[in-house]
Amino acid sequence: MSDNQPIKKREPLFSAQNLKLLKGPFSQNNPITVQVLGICSALAVTVQMKPAIVMALSVMIVTAFSNLIISVMRNGIPPSIRIIVQLVVIAALVIIVDQLLKAFVYDVSKKLSVFVGLIITNCILMGRLEAFAMANKPWQSFLDGIGNGLGYGLILVVVSFFRELLGYGKLMGFRVIPESFYQAGYVNNGMMILPPMALITVGTIIWIQRSKNRDLIEK
Amino acid sequence: MFSNRYIFIYSSIMVVIVAIALALAAIQLKPFQENNKRVEKMQNILSSVNIETTVKNAEELYKKYITATYVVNIKGEKIDKINAFDIDLYYEFKKKAEDRHFPVYIAKLESGDTAFVLALRGKGLWGPIWGYMSFKTDMNTIIGAMFDHKGETPGLGAEIDTKIFQNQFQNKTIYNENGKFTSIQTVKGGAKKDDMHGVDGISGGTITSKGLEKMLFDCLTDYQGFLTKNKNN
Repeated sequence: MSDNQPIKKREPLFSAQNLKLLKGPFSQNNPITVQVLGICSALAVTVQMKPAIVMALSVMIVTAFSNLIISVMRNGIPPSIRIIVQLVVIAALVIIVDQLLKAFVYDVSKKLSVFVGLIITNCILMGRLEAFAMANKPWQSFLDGIGNGLGYGLILVVVSFFRELLGYGKLMGFRVIPESFYQAGYVNNGMMILPPMALITVGTIIWIQRSKNRDLIEK
Repeated sequence: MFSNRYIFIYSSIMVVIVAIALALAAIQLKPFQENNKRVEKMQNILSSVNIETTVKNAEELYKKYITATYVVNIKGEKIDKINAFDIDLYYEFKKKAEDRHFPVYIAKLESGDTAFVLALRGKGLWGPIWGYMSFKTDMNTIIGAMFDHKGETPGLGAEIDTKIFQNQFQNKTIYNENGKFTSIQTVKGGAKKDDMHGVDGISGGTITSKGLEKMLFDCLTDYQGFLTKNKNN
């Protein structure tokens, strides 16, 4: 464990090492496209941009704070019940987020329906807690949580951008494809609204990413 | 290593702290959540008389269009001292038929017509479905309908909450020429064009469609007393 080593000098808050934690999940270590976690919700909530953004923010808040809390507690958590402790922290945070959404963005919370509750079972969370927060200091864990939340959110937003644009001709609920297109015979692609197209969109993103970054291709 | 004693104390304290935090959050946020539900109900009621609302103007438009509300029992008699808006059909259907109360909302439309909005509740495939349906003063012709659901399958049963589905109900009738109650059927494969008592069911959402059909039949049957009493006056 890193905290057992003597600390020579204080690390700056945003050292290169720490920034890597924040940025890694955007490319090399993206939870959806590289680690292939959290696919279920990525398919379900990306029909429109607004719910996707709210979902992304919710996941980011939960990953960041569960990482932070578990990291603070990590030396006191008995290993035999650590998974239970992690789940309790995640579940409590998710319930609070769910209640906040119901109170302040009711229409979005209805669209997200069960998927907010299902953040609890999102593999990204448990994965980050086990792999990172249990062995690292709070600030680094917090950054790692934010980074992974953002990496997840980025894919959600990109997928929902294409799905809402092509499926409804709208972005964030506003019509962007002009009426003249429709009169000229343009039709919204109803397929984009259905989950299979989200899978294909995510697949396309993975394809583009791997063709640019050959290191990610499995042998 | 950690002793068993430590583990027990650790988990007990953790559970108590989490319980307190969640209870506090739930209590603090409850008023906001209840207001959201209230506004949504107003939006739903207005949607059934084909008035589009937003979260912001729902309350104002509700006050403008809904001129009166009252509560009826299964015989169609008015019941005093109960606020129609507070009635939750979930609890009413747990009671015996004679003890049930049903809300009636009266809307004055732009066209000058009066609409009677009735509440509906039933079962879909995965959970409850509910809605509102508004009638002309003949208590037969439908002005509009609004349906919503808790967790029907997106893209299939969940389509009952779309305008495309709901608009089919407009101008349909629930009694045939002989005055017999027919309700509205959801027809698999599509209703015939001149079918006054049928709408297209949802492809891939047959169980939800049939649940909706049953909801209409059951709820409108319970409203029979009210409907026959107030016909044509």
